[in-house]
Amino acid sequence: MADVSLTKLHKSFDRTEAVCGIDLEIADNEFVVLVGPSGCGKSTTLRMIAGLEEITKGDIRIGGELVNDVPPKDRDIAMVFQNYALYPHMTVFQNMSFGLRLRKYPKKEIQRRVEDAAEVLGISELLQRRPKQLSGGQRQRVAMGRAIVRNPRVFLFDEPLSNLDAKLRQQMRIEIKRVHQHLNTTTVYVTHDQVEAMTLADRVVVMNNGLIEQVGTPGELYHQPRTHFVAGFIGSPAMNFLDCKLERNSGNLEVKLGDMLTLQVPADRGSRYEPYVGRGLVFGIRPEHVHEKRAGEDAFAEVMVNFIEPLGMETMVYFTINGVELCGRVSPEADPRPGQTISLTIDIGKMHLIESETNLVL
Amino acid sequence: MTNIVRNNGALSALLGSKTSLHTNRRWALFASYACLIVFVIFFLCPPFYMLVTSLKTNAEIANLATNPWLIEQGITTEHYTHLLTETAFLTYFKNTVIVATFVVAITMVISVLAAYALSRLSFWGSGVIATGVFLVYLVPDSLLFIPLFKIVGGLGLLNSYWVLVLVYPTLTVPFCTWIMIGYFASIPKELDEAALIDGANHMQMLLKVFIPVALPGLIAATIFAFTVSWASFLYPLAFIYSDNQMVLTVGTVTTLIKGDVFHWGGLMAGALLAAAPPVILYAFLMDYYISGLTSGATKG
Repeated sequence: MADVSLTKLHKSFDRTEAVCGIDLEIADNEFVVLVGPSGCGKSTTLRMIAGLEEITKGDIRIGGELVNDVPPKDRDIAMVFQNYALYPHMTVFQNMSFGLRLRKYPKKEIQRRVEDAAEVLGISELLQRRPKQLSGGQRQRVAMGRAIVRNPRVFLFDEPLSNLDAKLRQQMRIEIKRVHQHLNTTTVYVTHDQVEAMTLADRVVVMNNGLIEQVGTPGELYHQPRTHFVAGFIGSPAMNFLDCKLERNSGNLEVKLGDMLTLQVPADRGSRYEPYVGRGLVFGIRPEHVHEKRAGEDAFAEVMVNFIEPLGMETMVYFTINGVELCGRVSPEADPRPGQTISLTIDIGKMHLIESETNLVL
Repeated sequence: MTNIVRNNGALSALLGSKTSLHTNRRWALFASYACLIVFVIFFLCPPFYMLVTSLKTNAEIANLATNPWLIEQGITTEHYTHLLTETAFLTYFKNTVIVATFVVAITMVISVLAAYALSRLSFWGSGVIATGVFLVYLVPDSLLFIPLFKIVGGLGLLNSYWVLVLVYPTLTVPFCTWIMIGYFASIPKELDEAALIDGANHMQMLLKVFIPVALPGLIAATIFAFTVSWASFLYPLAFIYSDNQMVLTVGTVTTLIKGDVFHWGGLMAGALLAAAPPVILYAFLMDYYISGLTSGATKG
């Protein structure tokens, strides 16, 4: 078990900078997920931790030891790859024991470790099969088994569930979580799927353009995003954004969304937003905080439904305000239809204001 | 009623399309087999002719009135007996086996190491070298044998089959390296990264992961190297002139063609026996060979 520390980590490919000086502290036993869009530098960061990619600048420490120039095999890490990377000519047992055999472990110890790992992953009956005789999910379990048997200080996962179908992905997410709870090994997990990130992580690291946008628990990222990017990236469907202006009206602050819509800013945010009066801002609200007007509530707007997404326990409605398509969540009982005009209201306490210049959430 | 009629119409349309598919498939198979049969007959003619001629008496071979494709005056093994007991055929055979074994071994060691380095250890100029290796193979041996004659002469290796062990790899190594580069390149990069993390060094990665995974390619390269060293004619003709150093290709011809006298029976028997080892090797390894040569076409 070990903590992982990245200090001013840079990686350039020719003239393109993939990782631009990130700092990150991963605690012992922690499950950290690096998430972000394609090309954000998350996989490169993971590969640098693994030692598969040379570091351009900066330091990586595992368990306090500087590992910049330590080859992958001596870092005491194990990695699970997106395409499993199982040795096709070896049986499951041989695949899982390969690392131990190279390290010349005694045969009995190898046998014990492989059988233990196979039992944890429920693949005991597959040990004599070859990878091509296994399904995608079974292969991914074997890849995890190969990592587990070595009992490494750090587990690295590089988009391990991307090749699986939705149902299997959900099963394997639970499996990975269960294995982490069982082994309590420091884990760095890379994905572009925010659901994976939110469900698996102790802490999520959101990356964009080679930089860390925000590090926090899933709850923090969802409720208190720090930047426009994080606010838009975390949550599905994505947060609604509208250009707005902050104005003072008889002592109260109001958000003006175009000429027609005005919203009263909650009193507890007055002092926080005060310095931004008159400045160009972006108003953000999650779809789940936009819903049908109920008895006793004020309508936020009367809108015409463009189209709907019925999801069973809720229905997402899409509508246009000020030329921007927005999304709201209504109960299925409201039974909205495309073309129909409905009254929506918003939980104003859940709103976010983002400064256009800095892209920071206020 | 109308519905039923309509359904029947749909059904017959469906059946019609099925029948048409079956007919198309049958015709395609028929055409394929017809072409294959013509192909097989065409390519089996020479070995069949060799076999028939080698089992005929000299008198029957010389008699132009007989059918060359049939044995009409009885089977004889005299040509085989003569070849094996009264000529140096067995010496040629032994020399050829030695040359082929060494050439295959040397070729495979150099090619596998070179291909691994060129496909996986990305270093400055590796791409150019990989292309260069293939370009070297394109230089015909008929252009090379004169300068090579000077070189091996200078090394004092003329008239020894060891000269072939030295010279054949100039033909086999480039091509085998090229085949292996293609095959190694089709192995996903994650496989070596996984091995690297598992604790393998480059030699272990090559021996325990690359070679077993690339076995079909390795066999294809081996067969190629074997065929070249077994069947090459020009180099032994140029570099060797003693009977005890000679190999099969040139030895059989020089022994059984005396001036303008061709010992057809013996020549055919010798050619048939000389062709047997490659044929046996091909028969056993054909599946691997095809898989090796087509790897680039089907793997990403």
